[in-house]
Amino acid sequence: MKEFLFYFFATLTLAPAFFTAISRKPVNAAMNMLLAFVGVAGLLGLLETYFLAILQVMVYAGAIVVLFLFIIMLIDAQKSPAPEFIRFVASLAALVIMAFFGFQLVLGPFAAPYPELPAEAPASLARVFGESLFTRYLLPFQLTGFMLLIAMVGVIVISRKPEAEAKGGEQ
Amino acid sequence: MSIGLEDYIFVSVLLFAIGLFGVLLRKNTLVVFMCLELILSASILALVAFSRYHATPANPLMEGNTFVLFIIAIAACEVAVGLAIIVALWRRNLTVDLDQINELKH
Repeated sequence: MKEFLFYFFATLTLAPAFFTAISRKPVNAAMNMLLAFVGVAGLLGLLETYFLAILQVMVYAGAIVVLFLFIIMLIDAQKSPAPEFIRFVASLAALVIMAFFGFQLVLGPFAAPYPELPAEAPASLARVFGESLFTRYLLPFQLTGFMLLIAMVGVIVISRKPEAEAKGGEQ
Repeated sequence: MSIGLEDYIFVSVLLFAIGLFGVLLRKNTLVVFMCLELILSASILALVAFSRYHATPANPLMEGNTFVLFIIAIAACEVAVGLAIIVALWRRNLTVDLDQINELKH
């Protein structure tokens, strides 16, 4: 059963990821990216880190994909032209080479021995995360919150129209 | 045949390779950015897999998982800022095609 689920979620991750890379319409790419994120969340669930799986669905599949779709709508992104053949072949060659060497490194005859799966998954609960975040990792946690604030202010500043244009252009 | 750490790492490697393939292939800045997100997801998967397979009750290596939690938070910031930059680019040039955004080159 676990093997079946692993192959199911691995396919659900890799096939839409490939379609994200080759689809010419940005909306199709965003939808395929959503499926790929759901697949990654499923794999995280199989690794018994349920909290991160839920977070992956909420942040990536929820917020980030919606943000992408919103920007696609805002800038009216059209279907892009087909890439030149030589470019497609070169990119595909890079993909195949990376996959081949990745296979050799990870599953090949010279791969290091891998540890067995421990019976207990200590990080499966949100409670464990909370305890660790509010004791040992308190400073990075606070800094992350501050960073979110900086990002928000920065986005407002970047996406605001320049003063002169806003005064002259709109009215 | 049971699923081991190496299978998760191989899926992560393939996801990274596919993301890089998209970054090399596509010319639309938005789709390039989406493929960068796929690369980030690949690293998340690898970190969680290593963390899970090295955990013991006595030493519950939370570092990988906490790392991923922060990566997800920073990724949200990064996407917001990146998309704002893309909107600013579009407002300036009325295109997001990487072939036409070459002012620094000339």
